[in-house]
Formats: sequence, C-alpha cells, structure tokens
Amino acid sequence: MSTRTFGQPVKRNEDRKLLTGQALFVDDVELPGMLHVAFLRSQVAHANIIGIDISRALQRPGVIAAYTADDLGDYWRHGPLLVPPPPIPGTIFNERTHVPLAKGKVRHVGEPLVIVIAESRYIAEDALDDIDVELEQLDAVVDLERALKAGSALVHDDVGSNVSARVRQTKGNYAAAAAKADRIIARRFHYEHGISSPIETRGVVAQWDQRASQMTIWDTTQAPVFVRNGLAAMLGLNERNVRVIAPFVGGGFGPKIMMFYPEEVLLPWVSMQLNRPVKWIEDRLEHFFATTHERGQIHDAEIALAADGRILGIKDVFLHDGGAYDPYGLTVPINSQCTLLGPYVVPNYDSTFTQVFTNLPIVTPYRGAGRQHGVFVMERLLDLAAHELDIDRAEIRRINLIPADAFPYNNEIIYQDFAPLSYDSGNYEPVLDMALNAIGYADFRQQQHEARAQGRHIGLGISCYVEGTGIGPYEGAKVQVQSNGKVSIATGIGTQGQGHFTVFAQIAAEQLGIDVTDIDVVTGDTDQFYWGAGTFASRGAVVAGNAVNEAAKVVRQKALKLASDLFECSEDDLVIADGKVSITGVPGKFVTLGDLAARANPMRGAVKPGTEPGLESTQYFGPPSGATANGVHAMIVEMDPRTFDLKILKYVVVHDCGTVINPMILTGQIHGGVAQGIGNAFFEKLAFDDQGQLLNASLADYLLPTSLDVPRMELDHTVTPSPLNPMGIKGAGEAGAIPVGPLFAQAIEDALDLKNKGVELLEIPLSPSRLFELTRKAKG
Amino acid sequence: MDSDIHDITLTVNGTTYNGRVESRLLLSDFLRHDLKLAGTHVGCEHGVCGACTVLLDGEPVRSCLMLAVQANTHAISTIEGLTSPGGDYHPLQQAMHDHHGLQCGYCTPGILMTMTAFLDENASPSEEEVREALSGNLCRCTGYQNIVDAVMTAAARMRS
Repeated sequence: MSTRTFGQPVKRNEDRKLLTGQALFVDDVELPGMLHVAFLRSQVAHANIIGIDISRALQRPGVIAAYTADDLGDYWRHGPLLVPPPPIPGTIFNERTHVPLAKGKVRHVGEPLVIVIAESRYIAEDALDDIDVELEQLDAVVDLERALKAGSALVHDDVGSNVSARVRQTKGNYAAAAAKADRIIARRFHYEHGISSPIETRGVVAQWDQRASQMTIWDTTQAPVFVRNGLAAMLGLNERNVRVIAPFVGGGFGPKIMMFYPEEVLLPWVSMQLNRPVKWIEDRLEHFFATTHERGQIHDAEIALAADGRILGIKDVFLHDGGAYDPYGLTVPINSQCTLLGPYVVPNYDSTFTQVFTNLPIVTPYRGAGRQHGVFVMERLLDLAAHELDIDRAEIRRINLIPADAFPYNNEIIYQDFAPLSYDSGNYEPVLDMALNAIGYADFRQQQHEARAQGRHIGLGISCYVEGTGIGPYEGAKVQVQSNGKVSIATGIGTQGQGHFTVFAQIAAEQLGIDVTDIDVVTGDTDQFYWGAGTFASRGAVVAGNAVNEAAKVVRQKALKLASDLFECSEDDLVIADGKVSITGVPGKFVTLGDLAARANPMRGAVKPGTEPGLESTQYFGPPSGATANGVHAMIVEMDPRTFDLKILKYVVVHDCGTVINPMILTGQIHGGVAQGIGNAFFEKLAFDDQGQLLNASLADYLLPTSLDVPRMELDHTVTPSPLNPMGIKGAGEAGAIPVGPLFAQAIEDALDLKNKGVELLEIPLSPSRLFELTRKAKG
Repeated sequence: MDSDIHDITLTVNGTTYNGRVESRLLLSDFLRHDLKLAGTHVGCEHGVCGACTVLLDGEPVRSCLMLAVQANTHAISTIEGLTSPGGDYHPLQQAMHDHHGLQCGYCTPGILMTMTAFLDENASPSEEEVREALSGNLCRCTGYQNIVDAVMTAAARMRS
C-alpha cells in the first residue's frame, strides 16, 4: 500500500522550478518581434481633460503607435460590473465602472491617459515626456465625511452625490434591545488597510496570431477564465480563439483578481491593431496607483450589554472608501458588515454602510477583504465592555461565544456570496482555551508585575474571529491517467503560491494510490481547463480541491471497472496502490494504471455502446454556501514607552479550518497572513494629501514587514470539519491576516496601561509616531 | 546616440558573454532580456525589495541599481548557476524546499543569492544574524520564519 500523503506535510512539487530560476512568470515571456508598452498616467487626482497631443511622441524613433481614449473608437467602454450587489432589500447602488483610458475627466492619480507602444520599454517611457496634456484641475474628493456634505466636488457628476452604495442589514430589533441594556458603549473607529504589494507587480503579454485567428494572453490574473470570456466578447472573438495563461504568479492577495484592468483590456487590442506581440510590466511606482487598494472605513458603533457582559445587540453605521470607481460592487463593505459579528451570539444587529466615491485608486478585496475592519470594531467593543463592566477580557469573549450545539448558526443577514450568513460548523471554546493556555494567560499578570518592577512594559492581547471561506459558485477539475502511468490534473483557477500543485496532487493521490510526485497539476491555462471562477476568498482548496476529489473518485471507479473486466473478477477483490490495480491475495496479478489508460483508448476493434475513451474524468463542485473557519490569536509585546518601539515577545495562533490537506502549506499560509496583518496593524498606511496625492509611493517610504519585524509564531489547531463538502475542508488563506489589528491595540494598551491614562486605541495602523501623537494628546 | 553604446564582456555563472548595450541599460534588464537569464526577478527597481540580487565577484548587489556597462569585465553569479552541473541543489535550495521557505517563489532567487553569500561569510550564524542578513530582502508570502529555519538548517548541514 502506498504511504498515505493526504493530511501529511508533503513537500511541494512546484519548488524545483522556483528554486532554480526556471519558473515562467509573465515578464519572462519573450516573443519574436515583441513591442513594449508604457502608459502616461494622470499626475492629479481630479481634473477635466482639455486636450492631449501625442504627435511629438509618434515622431520619436522607435515609437510604433500611441492611442488616447478617442483613438479607441468603439472599443472604449466602461468595464463590466464584476460583482453585482447581493439581493438585500433597500440597497442603493450607483454603478460606475472603470474605463480603459480616461475620457473627459481623470478621477484618480495614476489613471491612464495614453498608451504608448515602442520597440523597447526605455523608448516607450522616453516618449511619455513628448506628450502634451492640458488639464483643468478640480477639487479632489479625499475625506469620506466631507465627500458626503453638500457642496463637495463630485467624482461622478451624473450621480449627483458621492454615494456609491448604501446598504442596511438588520437582525432582531436593536433599539428594543438597547432600551433594556444595562450598559451601552459607543465609539468611533478608524481602520485603514493598505496595498497588497506582491513582490511581482502586474503584467500582461498579448500575442495575436492573424493566420490562426488566435489570441494568447499571459496575465498575472487570479481569474483567467473570466478574463478570457470578457476579452473575447470585447474583442469580437470566439472564446475558443482566446487563450489566457496565468503562469507562475508572484503573489496576488486579492488585487490580481480585479478584472479588466485598463492594461488587460488594451494590450490584446493593440496586438490586433499592430499584428505584433506586446508586453507591459507594471513598475513599482505604477503599482501604487494602477493596482487596486484596500483602504479605510470609519465606524460609529455601539454595543448594548447586560451587566454580566452578555451582548444584547450591536449598532454600527460606517463609511467605506470605495475609490474612484466601483467595479467590485459591495464585496469589501459587506464582508466588514458580516464578519463584525464574529464567533459571538449577537441577538440584535443593525448595520448600515455607505460606500463613498473618492478621487483615489479603486478599492477591491485585499487579503481579508474588509473582514479586518469588522473584527477590529467588535473586538475593541468587547475590550471596552470588559473594562467598563470589570470583567476579564477572555471571559467576556467566552460567555458570548456561539455554543458548539448551536450549529449551523444563522446570523440572518446576507453574505457576499448572496447566501444567508450561516456558519456551517464550529467549536469555538476549545480554540480560545488552547490559545489562552499557549500564551500563558493565567500567569501573565504576575509576569507583567515582575517586568514592570524591572522597568519593562509588557502587554498581552487576545482576539477571536471567524472567516467566511470557500464560497461558490463552483470550480471544476479534470483528472486524467496517462499511458505512462502519470496523472494529470487541470483546473481553471490560477495559483499565486498557495501550493496547488501539491495539495491537488495529494487529493488525487488519496484516491488513485499514486505518488504525489507522479501527478502534474496545471492551473491557470484556459486551454487546459475551460471553466471556473478563480482564486479568491480562501476558496481554492475548498472548491477546486473538492472538484479534484470528485474527479479522482470517478477515475478510481473507472480503473477498478476496467481491471475487473480484464481480470474477470469482482471489483471488491481489487486494490489500487503504488500505481497499479492488483487482485487481493494473488501476488503478481496486477495491471498498472498506465496500461489501463492505454487500454481505455483502443486503436482498433469495437467498443461497447456508451464507452468513453481514456481513464479520465471531469467533475465540478459547488458548495451551497461558504464554510466558516475560526481562530484565536494571542500576543505578548514589549513596548518602549518613550519611542513606542514594539517588540513581539510571543505570538500564538490557534485556528480551525476543518480537515487539513497539508499542514506544512497551511502553516505557511498562516505565517504569511500574520506577517501582512502585522504590516497593516503597525505601519502600512497609504498617506494621501488632501488633493489625493500619495505621499509614500515607494517601498522605501511605504514599509513592508521585514524579517526583523515578523516574530516566530506558535501554531496549533483543532479540526471541525465542514459539512458542506465531502472532504470537510474550510479555507485558510486569509485567517492569519484578519485579527491582528485589535490584537495590537489591546496589547499596546495593556503594556502601557493606557486605559488608566484615558487613552483608547480606536484606530489602525498604530505606528510609533501615531502612538506618540495619541498619548501626547491625552496628556493635553 | 552611437557614442552612448558600449561593448561589454562579462562572465555569468562562468560563461563569457559579449554584449552591446546603451549606457542606461540596467544590469537586471541585460541579464533577463538580453541574456535570457530570467531567473533573476525584478520587484521594485529602486533597490529595496532585493528580488534582483545577484553576486558581482562574489558580493551581493542589486542588479536593478547597476548598469550593465558597470558589470563590464566582472564575474556575475545568478540563480541559474546555483545548482551543481549535475542539477543537485545547493544546500540552501534543499533546505528551502525542506522547510517550505517559498510560496509564490518570486523573491526566492534574490534570497538564495543573498543568503548563500552570507553563509560563505558566516558559517555558524545565530538566528538574529540570519534575520539581520535577510532583512534586505522582502517576502510578502512566507512571514520569513520558514526561510530563517531553512538558512539555519543549511548552515548546519554545510558545517557537517
């Protein structure tokens, strides 16, 4: 019997190419006759376009072409609405999607005005200086509250306000609950999230083959199938004539699923115009403006409590910065609204958000996708409640946890996947206990006293959260045994480092009794697998993984049937292992999977009616709704009370994402998520001035966490399988990043004893300089 | 513009290359697009992320902050030369594989070049020294812990 690999820390199949410099990324695509693209982008956030003159650029040696919006003719149109609003009664949604090149008006710094195509990128960038642009600058809409006041400049004049959307969701009756409450605590919270900053920026290569009527596009996208379908429609081509390849992609974290970016739309069109391959690779400066962000929300939230600390209800009204266009619908603020409820029983909830148009880059999901904002509000409200009611902060969480016998637990509001926000399964209290135990909660006060006596300021934080994962609609997979005995798996999702080449192989290996290294996984090539939605919302392993499992099960059945026909025995007497089907108890009587695959494709003779060739199967999986993972993070920090420098002394993650396919890869996902959470909580802030200029658009100014900032993490987990898929998997991609903000706020307050000094940390990020400002303000 | 063109000769991973380059051509672009050695990755082109790190006469340098013409007569080492001629991993490549020290893998070539040079200088580093040496290379996927463990393991294996 083969060694079982499912659930084991199997090393990754994809590593060798990546470790030896042989993996193909988009910028590695070199084609004969390839031209290079640069974009002239707006340097102001809000302006009317008076005129653009590209004539001098066209005269520069090496420049092949340049186009403005007016030159695009009928090809210029608004991009599609990627995610329509969920069916929530009373929803207001003003759809204003982005455009390939600005026409009439520019709405954020970095919005493209002109595309220049030249023999080299160097020449294309030289030619940008030859373009004359005349703009009439307008007041920029930057501040969320001012944006909604009468007299504000308007991002989209025809909307008549800067309201992109407004949604109210309620559960129970908050007002009635509040009337009976022993205590109501209300605060204003600010939460900023940043830019995903994968180390590989975006890029597109498009190659039009006129003779074959074939368009091939290499794209750093998380959703190749949708890009193919959309571009085929835009270009007037059949979907079969467009192939989108997302090769190795150097990190995504959300923004690479924002589809029909201007560059993605324009390069294929240019390739057809010029009948030459074209390449555009985003530079880091462009990435700060041209790739989508996630940014800020302002919450006015209140919690109604019984004297014993039980939550009676929560009311929240918040503003969400949507940026200049809203192609991604309401996904981010809906996630904030829903995830705020967390692992707790909240009998009454009244939440209203307004998504605001601003003259800033577009906001779409970035790892966590708004969940952080909601978790911050809830966890901070509980910390305030614990303080005011004099209840231990771990206990106030414990008494409000949804009990294990209450699942499935329906929160009675609608989630981003249009399904009711219902938690499929969970057992929350053991996770909290394990985290408290691991961080040493019981002894911490003593430890803190001793440290303080030595002049050291240490503090502890603890945060709970849930993560909606593994949403539909569906994914598919084709599992195929080849006649050399190796197995091929193809699926439509893209991959950006999540280990799909290994975990999907582990799933198929479990069914087919074959070594993981003999399984080749293809992702992100629309000619290899036609259908699918993409890699987002911690759904790859859940949805595509289950499709692989279903397809592998069918292949297993086919193999057993073929072998039983061959050996004229019952399938019950057969066993699949080590790449062959053997008769139990008859040594030497076996047939390899490769031979069965060859037999399944006969070259002569007749087959029975209904026979399908090949030892293969294509299956699809779509969950009825998302699976809800949960976790608790705990941290001990040491603060320098003068410089507000922070050192993380201990970091613990305990979480539950159902059945684990590969604990090594899971651990990596958590580590990376926590690292991004630390960046978000402590120093990543997109600093805009009041005219919408980003003041820190370089990696020397917008700091990402380094190896000196991210601590060693201790991980543990429980396993509560999801009932929504046969393997019981829940997603894990975003779990690490979600609860880090409130953890920082709580631990810093604890370390510096801020509660007793009248300082409340109600915002993220909390950089040393911001902590200095906040504490100085409190001193007056 | 002809005066702006230079003929250069350099070795990359022991192979001699001749090139004709503009003054302004970055070493990273020369390696990737002229020599088709695309294993060296470009992340920021302003010297912060470290993805493009190569060795110049054995010392780590940012190939995005150097011009190709500056590499004239020098010896460059890139990721493509790190395995043995037979294809065996360098001990650090093996340890990165063993410890899951890479996810998307985009920053990995720069990290391997930086840290193999570091291990040549410091055969018995402490974890703190490894973190310090690694701090000039940004990784957005891994949270660094597994990379640090991989470097420590590689150091131990190389000592024994």
